[in-house]
Amino acid sequence: MRSFVRTHATEVSLFAVIVAISAVLSVSTANFFSLGNAFDLLNISSVNIIFAVGLLVVLIAGGIDISFAVAASVVQYGTAIALGWIGSGGWVSGLLIAASLGILLGAINAFLIHRFKVISIVATISTFNIYFGLLMFFTKGVSIYDLPDWLTDRVILFEHEMPDGTWIEITLPVLVMVICVIATWVLITRTTTGRQLYAFGDNPEGARRFGINIGAMQFIAFGWLGLMAGIGGLIQAHYAQEVVPNALYGRELDVLAAVVLGGARLGGGKGSVLGCVLGVLLISITQNGLNLMGVSPFAFKMIIGAIILVAITLSNSRIERLLPFVNQKGAGR
Amino acid sequence: MHQLATAGGGEKPLLSLRDINMTFGGVKALKNVSFDVRPGEVHCLAGENGCGKSTLIKIITGVYRPADGASIEFDGETYSHMSPVTAQDRGIQVIWQDLALFPEMSVAENIAFQTVIGRWPKLVDYGRMRQIATDALARLGVTLDVDLPLKEYAIAQRQIVAIARALVGEARLVFMDEPTASLTQSETDHLLDIVRGLSASGVAVVFVSHRLAEVLEISSRITVLRDGALVGVYPATGMTQSRITELMTGKTFDQQVRAKPRDGQPVVLDVEGLSRPGQFEDVSLTVRRGETLGITGLLGAGRTELALTLFGMLKPASGTIALEGRPVRFSSNRDAIAAGVAYLSEDRLSLGLIQPQAIADNLVISSLDKILAGGLLSEERKRSLVSRWIADLGVKIGLQQDAISTLSGGNQQRVAIAKWLATDPKLLILDAPTVGVDVGARAGIFDIVARLAESGLAIILISDEVPEVYFNADRVLHMAQGRIVGSYDPRTSSLADIEGAVYA
Repeated sequence: MRSFVRTHATEVSLFAVIVAISAVLSVSTANFFSLGNAFDLLNISSVNIIFAVGLLVVLIAGGIDISFAVAASVVQYGTAIALGWIGSGGWVSGLLIAASLGILLGAINAFLIHRFKVISIVATISTFNIYFGLLMFFTKGVSIYDLPDWLTDRVILFEHEMPDGTWIEITLPVLVMVICVIATWVLITRTTTGRQLYAFGDNPEGARRFGINIGAMQFIAFGWLGLMAGIGGLIQAHYAQEVVPNALYGRELDVLAAVVLGGARLGGGKGSVLGCVLGVLLISITQNGLNLMGVSPFAFKMIIGAIILVAITLSNSRIERLLPFVNQKGAGR
Repeated sequence: MHQLATAGGGEKPLLSLRDINMTFGGVKALKNVSFDVRPGEVHCLAGENGCGKSTLIKIITGVYRPADGASIEFDGETYSHMSPVTAQDRGIQVIWQDLALFPEMSVAENIAFQTVIGRWPKLVDYGRMRQIATDALARLGVTLDVDLPLKEYAIAQRQIVAIARALVGEARLVFMDEPTASLTQSETDHLLDIVRGLSASGVAVVFVSHRLAEVLEISSRITVLRDGALVGVYPATGMTQSRITELMTGKTFDQQVRAKPRDGQPVVLDVEGLSRPGQFEDVSLTVRRGETLGITGLLGAGRTELALTLFGMLKPASGTIALEGRPVRFSSNRDAIAAGVAYLSEDRLSLGLIQPQAIADNLVISSLDKILAGGLLSEERKRSLVSRWIADLGVKIGLQQDAISTLSGGNQQRVAIAKWLATDPKLLILDAPTVGVDVGARAGIFDIVARLAESGLAIILISDEVPEVYFNADRVLHMAQGRIVGSYDPRTSSLADIEGAVYA
């Protein structure tokens, strides 16, 4: 337990903050502390968590990606059009098409970064603009409401009415999110490829000397994020029951902030799936709480920004030191 | 001068190189070099920076491919060139100077990283990694918590982790590139013990180090390279440091104590009872005009913290600093520079010079106010200021606009000194000025220091190499655990006295 706390200080701190905020909100608002609300939060956060675990892999490998959210919009359009061609389709064909398109868009980023040695932030700012520009140009900004029924029908996997009259629901987005989270966790902690990604992000030159295939690392990391962006995009279309070209525009920074809040490091080699999920949840809970407290939505961004600033500042000065039971350091220092 | 390594040895070499030639862009980096390593011996590869040591190591480990006609014989098999995979498979391991470790990953993963390398993805077996790491560390007689991230450990333990990693690959020949460069004396002693242990268990070690004392202590034979050519192979017994230096540089150096009495000169720096708890306590010292005060002691003795305090970058908790009789209280190093204090940092490569920038820009960075014309920077004045200092300190450069990284260590250090001299200091603090500078170039640096002192500058020379301060300072202070524990006059004390006290 002690060593878990010590090696997972970020996750433990985040969890403590979530508990603290929830406690405050359950006292100050009537509806926050209900299972119904908790499941709502999970449903709402699913798409962001799917994006976040994808982005986590890129950050661990030492890169960054600004383009994945608009790439997800491109995937939504591409999938909607392709489904039109093949006649209605279903979840299997839909997910396959979205995943392939997503991986393709991610691979374009990896290709630019690896082949032309463009640093990832520059490469993905470019593709961000290219993807978004092409999307707006070809769609003329028009949304698609005419989606197949299977895609827009809510899929409720489990529901139960609570004694207080609220409903708890587990919907398809939650299931897909859980699968993506577990798959990412297996990839980065349980496979040799995942450990190579960590090593490559931590010390690229050291990884190269070990004979790790550097190009493959880029394609796996950006390909994984592309896959998550594709799946997340389709799930978002399902959730919103429409495809709007600029619906996800700007989402990349929210997700990036949540992942960094979860302990991933810009620069590589560090970050965990648990921290990443907690980071997204912390932001959702705060937003949800502010909403229930009747705070103006215009203040959300400002407050979220302040929370991120405080968290990053604290983690730079080693938030672990604030916890009394983890203050001893390794033998070497 | 050319002796064949095997002459008189009798034992069949483990590694035998013949006719190694290597050219980079028209420059011959290696010329007909031969090199032999016997099984289980500790063999030192000596030579100045740029003599071809690293190139030779990279050829043996398959990073570079030598020119045609080369022969590399390892344990009975002959190759015309190596590949990294073959080298690893045959048990040739390198511990690079930068260690190539992964600080965020656990000690176990760092040591057993070989197990996650492979053509196809597999599931990670953490239990096996932990076992491999524990076994490798046990072989070295070291206990570390293998589950902690490596970053929790200091450089000495990281060095051990790098060695443990090399052992995992069933190493038969291990190259160590400057393994002791950032270790203290006791850590170095421990490392040398580990090297002896490896040698006793039949692993051959090729040791590359600038510290000739430990080269003589650890190795059985020494191969000396100069300008890409083999000078010779010599048994370590009967060899002296000055003889190796002569072989490496092709020049003779006779070091003489430069100390002179400076009692009549006015005091420039007067420090009384200066303390920063946990770093240094109750330090009092004076430096006079034209005097060079040497400060030595082990790493972590508080030398650098003292220097940073005198330079205004750290604030003393108590005590006073007076410059030319006036008490000063610096709130930042800008104040210190204005008052005439200059500090040449310990880590020139990362802190002192901005590597990708031009020589000229590096040189004027601390004295921009001197090259203003009408409030704006003047290229004209910059050029003339730079030319003056380049000529004065004898820096060998191509163009002023070339990046500083194109210069050798010794020339970079001269630029770093010039940068501070351009600020017209009264007191110059040199912190480890010869780290990463070749033996041959060191003498040149100390000639400059002596000349500056003669011109009236007060100088504090900090080094953990006792001979440097002994031969080049007028007085030597010994710092240990934050206190000044001894004061020596090189004219009346012997080098052995001071070394005995410092390394005790």
